[in-house]
Amino acid sequence: MQDLKLKAAEKRGVHQLGGDNLVGWDEVTQGIVLTSFEGDATDVAHKKAEERSYSDFNSYTATVASWRVMKPVFNIDVCIDCQNCWVWCPDSSILSRDKQMLGIDYDHCKGCEVCVEVCPTNPKSLLMFSEYEDLGDALASWPEKKKKEKK
Amino acid sequence: MAITSIKNLKEFSTNNDRFEGAHTLCPGCAHSMIVRELMNCTDDNLVIASNTGCLEVSTAVYPFTSWDTSWIHIGFENAPSAISGAEAMHKARKKKGTLKDGEAPVKFVAFGGDGSTYDIGFQWLSGAMERGHDFTYICLDNENYANTGGQRSSATPIGAHTSTAQAGTHSYGKKQKKKDIVSIMAAHGAPYVAQLAPNKWKAMAKGFQKALETEGPCFINTVSPCCTEWKFEPKDTIGITDLATDTLMFPMYEIIDGHELNILYRPKNILKVEDYLGAQGRYKHLFKPENKHVIELIQKNIDDDWAMLQRREEARV
Repeated sequence: MQDLKLKAAEKRGVHQLGGDNLVGWDEVTQGIVLTSFEGDATDVAHKKAEERSYSDFNSYTATVASWRVMKPVFNIDVCIDCQNCWVWCPDSSILSRDKQMLGIDYDHCKGCEVCVEVCPTNPKSLLMFSEYEDLGDALASWPEKKKKEKK
Repeated sequence: MAITSIKNLKEFSTNNDRFEGAHTLCPGCAHSMIVRELMNCTDDNLVIASNTGCLEVSTAVYPFTSWDTSWIHIGFENAPSAISGAEAMHKARKKKGTLKDGEAPVKFVAFGGDGSTYDIGFQWLSGAMERGHDFTYICLDNENYANTGGQRSSATPIGAHTSTAQAGTHSYGKKQKKKDIVSIMAAHGAPYVAQLAPNKWKAMAKGFQKALETEGPCFINTVSPCCTEWKFEPKDTIGITDLATDTLMFPMYEIIDGHELNILYRPKNILKVEDYLGAQGRYKHLFKPENKHVIELIQKNIDDDWAMLQRREEARV
């Protein structure tokens, strides 16, 4: 039985935990330290994301794109740069530089649709499309401005 | 302290995020909105401690960290103790002159969910407030133990359905009133205590800046709608928060030095609490005819609390 388990582990390329390198209670590493940056990490607040030297431990280098079923698409022609989407995006996925909204970071966006809800323009400058929709097609099918209904 | 401009959103948006994406919080979670806003409020170095909770488990999934600042996690309840220790060490080393850059301003912040603030970490928080360390404690109040499957906490309001206070034929959900943590913290003599909501970003940013600037222990309770356990669509997070502040389920106010109460947001049209309750799945059962008295009770509690807040503001007590 033990052999079978080991064989299965070898096949999958995973290894049994512990095994040869068992350590005593006193030798266990206490806690763990992950460094967010390579080298100098001072003055991070004044560096833009593209100027920072992220380490492999920083979740900036990871992606959650597979969580998405629908994706938000950004239409720069309608946008008024109000930055509502930037302040309320829960995933730091709105790329804003120098007071301008530039686009969406699709590596970190989870498709929650909060940005679309808070967008004040008419028609909205952010809309949800299927994950597989081509960006060009999405922009081509953008709705027209809605007229105010007279009561 | 290097304050960043919060004059308008355009200027606020020139800040560089120090809270990275690809954390594993649910889509539409308000926790990260609040955390991002706090970290964008200042340019100073931050030392942050987190209690166990959704925020902690989602932002430190081994081998990743979402924090671009110093961040520490120890146990469920002891972020206030950890941050007290860090603050005391910083003070001592500054005095001895053993810091690399003694002049660099550092702010100490602790985050906790409502479970670790209202219940499990209450004693630790109370101790740190009493000792008077210079830190800011921020409670991300989503009114249940969302990380472990939505059990009731002492922050859960009357009538809410949770996995350990279920609504059914014999019960209408939780029967006890929500603990008034803001008043308890103000009674500790804390120099700045506030209750804020993420939909009013400017009031919240102002509150955060005030708390970071104030020397001594500050406490901020923030409303953090939980789409998973409150049962609404992720896109409605800000809409639900709007309803919460407009029905006065979560009045926004601050208490300075334990006696000066200021109301930070007065809704133009105060909405009926039914609007807020009806938008969430956890209150669905209250709309059955036999539970009508619970809605009336909730509305009465809200009205009483709002009247009390207004009286306190007027009388400056």
